[in-house]
Amino acid sequence: MNALGLSSDEWTAILLSLRVSTVAMLASLPLGILAALLLARGRFPGKSLLNGVIHLPLILPPVVTGFVLLILFGRKGPIGAFLDQHFGIVFSFRWTGAALACAVMGFPLMVRSIRLSIEAIDKRLEEAAGTLGAGPLFVFLTVTLPLALPGIIAGMILSFAKAMGEFGATITFVSNIPGETQTLSSAIYTFTQIPGGDAGALRLTMVSVVISMAALLASEALARLVGRRVEFE
Amino acid sequence: MTLTVDVRHKLGSFALDAAFTSESGVTALFGRSGSGKTSMIRIIAGLARPDKGLVTLNGATLVDTDKGIFVPRHRRRFGCVFQEARLFPHLSVRQNLQYGAWFAPKAESPESLERIVGMLGIGALLDRKPGKLSGGEKSRVAIGRALLSRPHLLLMDEPLSALDDARKAEILPYLERLRDETKIPIVYVSHSLAEVARLANRVVVLRDGHVEAVGPVVDVLSRPALAEAPDRREAGALIEGRVESSTPAHGLTVVALKSVRLYLPGKSLRPGSPVRVHIPARDVMLATVKPEGLSALNILEGVIAEIGDLEEGMVEVRVDCGGDPVLSRITQLSRERLALAVGKPVYAVIKTVALET
Repeated sequence: MNALGLSSDEWTAILLSLRVSTVAMLASLPLGILAALLLARGRFPGKSLLNGVIHLPLILPPVVTGFVLLILFGRKGPIGAFLDQHFGIVFSFRWTGAALACAVMGFPLMVRSIRLSIEAIDKRLEEAAGTLGAGPLFVFLTVTLPLALPGIIAGMILSFAKAMGEFGATITFVSNIPGETQTLSSAIYTFTQIPGGDAGALRLTMVSVVISMAALLASEALARLVGRRVEFE
Repeated sequence: MTLTVDVRHKLGSFALDAAFTSESGVTALFGRSGSGKTSMIRIIAGLARPDKGLVTLNGATLVDTDKGIFVPRHRRRFGCVFQEARLFPHLSVRQNLQYGAWFAPKAESPESLERIVGMLGIGALLDRKPGKLSGGEKSRVAIGRALLSRPHLLLMDEPLSALDDARKAEILPYLERLRDETKIPIVYVSHSLAEVARLANRVVVLRDGHVEAVGPVVDVLSRPALAEAPDRREAGALIEGRVESSTPAHGLTVVALKSVRLYLPGKSLRPGSPVRVHIPARDVMLATVKPEGLSALNILEGVIAEIGDLEEGMVEVRVDCGGDPVLSRITQLSRERLALAVGKPVYAVIKTVALET
């Protein structure tokens, strides 16, 4: 581990960041697909309101989003208290809280990307599947979802990337506790706040660049793979 | 098999108010674009919900707006072949073909993949992706996909209209085999007289959302002054005959009509099989004396039965050639010069080349 000149605390922050981002991405995916489907296809009152709420974290200062999460999901917050009492799920000052903050921040990016790809699907293909005997659920699983796959993958990558870089909402909601909520970004911030921390900040910055590049390359490769599978008529 | 449709449907300023019953075989829904053919087929397929009406197949109610019955499209088992092939781009041709089989009941006599693939000649395409197929290949795969879902009824919405003439000629024989080899009733939407003449048993003529005529294809399509023809250039007579012989050396087929013979191009037809010949009125010349030294092979003797006025100085003359009607579209001037009148004996001259399908 020390081959890269990283201390165990630094490794902890890196691994925590990866875990938080992965969980944030995967946990928000089903909801993201549902929200994208509602926005792309649904016709219901309050649709633009839903759209606005989903996009809010994109526009609000991250500190505000973090503070709202603190109010709602904190131990004494209405949702936080309910989850704690009934399911034993605690967000405040835990890594799960960091994942929640990252998921919320990345959600508009994910929904946007999936929504666009669903809107681009030729509905006539879904009609054709229906006339071949496929019920609405099967049409969704065998036609809509596979055709939206490029957008879904792009949305997942965007969400992951946003989570890796997320700082403001996370530190506001769950603070900066080494080993629990101190992500890569928070660790870099901590290094910059102490005298002589520049070297450490630089090391973690390099790691951050490497992870971001890897994620980007992986998404390109995946997109090419899927693109080859989904060739439109 | 009896399909009954009686619907009223409003789409913007267009109103569909039509009813017809179709028996087994091929029923053509015929009319120019905007006449309501596609709305009609969408309602039958369950892709559109009529404002008011009734759709039944063999007594089973599929739509009854009064009773609030609407069987969703995936439970109707009506195979559809659309104008665009609508193949699934993310699946291979084989997977496209097998898509409907997942949902069809397993107990019924299986329509085997091999048989359909053989009938449509798409064996070489099975492992390809739809994006790489030509227009004609896509159409055939779409037809195969609909057939393999083991439909109770096959709905075809201008399956050939997106194709050029060469591709049409490629698909038409497959459709004829489909009609003759499977027992599935077909509702075939088209605005092409030639297609309808060749494929259909019965025809429903739609015009501005209303049914204008219904009946056996020969009766409906050979009416004089065929106002139904969506494209007047296509208007003409439809005659039924039987293949008498073919002269392979010349690439011709001789067809016996009621009392005269007709030379047709092509030699693919078997002697004794019934054929329907569509003779476009604009390709028929009239002569008052028997022409000689003329290249046209078909010179039919007949008597003028009716003369109808068309616009722009044109008249349509119906000539009774020994029991079979032949329509000819000529100018008003020619009619006056030849002093044509009902009861006058004339010769109808038709170039064999004009009868190519």
